[in-house]
Amino acid sequence: MKLTKEEVKHIAKLAELDLTDKEIDKYQQELSEILEYVKILDEVDTKNVKPISQVTGFSNIVRADEVGKSFTNKEALKNAKRTKDGYFEVEQVI
Amino acid sequence: MNIFDLQDKYKEREFSVVEIVSDYLKRIKEVDNRIKAFVTVDELGAIERAKELDKVDRIDFDKMPLYGVPIAIKDNFSTKDLKTTASAKILEDYRPVFDSTVVERLKKAGAVILGKTNMDAWAHGSSTETSDFFTTRNPWDLSRLPGGSSGGSAAAVAAKMCMASIGSETAGSIRQPASWCGVVGTKPTYGRVSRYGVVAMASSTDSPGPITNNIIDSTLILRVIAGKDNHDSTCSALEVEDYMKGLEDGVEGMKIGVIKEYFLEDMNEEIKEKVKKAIEVFEKAGAQIVEVELMDPKYAVAVYTIVQRSEVSSNLARYDGVRYGKGRKYFGSEAKRRIMIGTHVLSSGYYDQYYLKAQKVRRLIIDDFRRVFEKVDLLLAPTTPCCALKVGSTADQPMFGEMMDILVEASSLAGLPGISMNCGFSKEGLPIGLQIMADQFEEDKCLQAGKFYENERNIVSLEPDL
Repeated sequence: MKLTKEEVKHIAKLAELDLTDKEIDKYQQELSEILEYVKILDEVDTKNVKPISQVTGFSNIVRADEVGKSFTNKEALKNAKRTKDGYFEVEQVI
Repeated sequence: MNIFDLQDKYKEREFSVVEIVSDYLKRIKEVDNRIKAFVTVDELGAIERAKELDKVDRIDFDKMPLYGVPIAIKDNFSTKDLKTTASAKILEDYRPVFDSTVVERLKKAGAVILGKTNMDAWAHGSSTETSDFFTTRNPWDLSRLPGGSSGGSAAAVAAKMCMASIGSETAGSIRQPASWCGVVGTKPTYGRVSRYGVVAMASSTDSPGPITNNIIDSTLILRVIAGKDNHDSTCSALEVEDYMKGLEDGVEGMKIGVIKEYFLEDMNEEIKEKVKKAIEVFEKAGAQIVEVELMDPKYAVAVYTIVQRSEVSSNLARYDGVRYGKGRKYFGSEAKRRIMIGTHVLSSGYYDQYYLKAQKVRRLIIDDFRRVFEKVDLLLAPTTPCCALKVGSTADQPMFGEMMDILVEASSLAGLPGISMNCGFSKEGLPIGLQIMADQFEEDKCLQAGKFYENERNIVSLEPDL
């Protein structure tokens, strides 16, 4: 099952990646190869098997609701490249 | 020389910490231009810390078990005010304002941080060739790769540029480079060591751990970095055992499984032979060796490929160039490939077919190990299917890492602890790794068996000629 160029462009858009035409060709090939490989999972019978994502079985881990130490404004901004009025300054996003 | 030997010298005031640290810094200057294990060497910081330690009047080794130990840290661990790049262009000039839990604990225990080591960018890979900066070389053969992703950490230890280092493993990233560089790599149980402050890769398997020249050093470092951390809720609250206790108890009476499926058909014959010889050493000492069957590791590779890429696409979504780091156009080709696979398998219409299917097979892999560990204490297997490959081997190989890590991916997906240690050399003089795996939170058994094998293995020298 080979991905189409359009599909690769769609994936790149979802992932906020700008690809060149050359890259689109390259990833069309490589992504298809990888998706082809993982198809071997179809050989494994998973009827009635529940998916898992947390392997040590811990759940609902909470800590005591106590106020701890946090960064001062000065500490938080210490290594920032640009700051303004006690904030990080970045390029306009929207 | 292990950490205890070094500290004996400190006790006797035979050397000062400044002298030892200066020696290691000198060694870095001498050999790292050829090996390129370090992204950053913190000469000033290391000497300053050493001076502080030299001022300590009465050294309390219980409170500072790593007093004066020169250590290198993989560059995906946040170090306060010290550049932390994950070998990625995007983070090229990122200086964190805080220490990762691992680094904080090491510092508190008296370790001296020499610098930060090279890795595959974002830890995506098994070669250190996909670092956005430069390729690290294998100290045993400079035309070869050190493995990865913790390749800089493994090479730095092998080349004696530090006494020990810290790596992180998602599936193979400690054990595989340790195997290729002939050192000891200890990957703890998932959740044994806090991930707080580690540049996130695959959050459901990332496990920080030590890379050392010997088992004692791994034992001491693991004891320092392991244990509950309120900053990481997946980190276990289970008490950290005193791994030194029982370390010399040997393997007599242990039941050890040898995994039939892990001696792959197309695997390097010398590796099979050396690992089988190592297993005989355990048998001679009174361990009961049984052959066990596990699911074919090729399925674990497929599960890992899907799960890891999914988590990568989510974890790397935060790099938008707004809060820190540069924009997304600075991602290297390996990162882009992984982000896109992850994005695709999680996207609407494909989630069930790929992601959910993979997480179901993952449960079967975990059950598979559980069944085996009802019968045996430990598992032994080769760490890698081949010895260190030549520089350039990863080019146009989108599945390179997965094929190199085929023998460690299943246990990583199951969160199991494992150690890789040297069990001999190929005819070409390249190190071969034996891996010892145990059930979750049984690091003690791995270390005990590792110590036994270290005492018994008959290896003349583990010093590469540089």
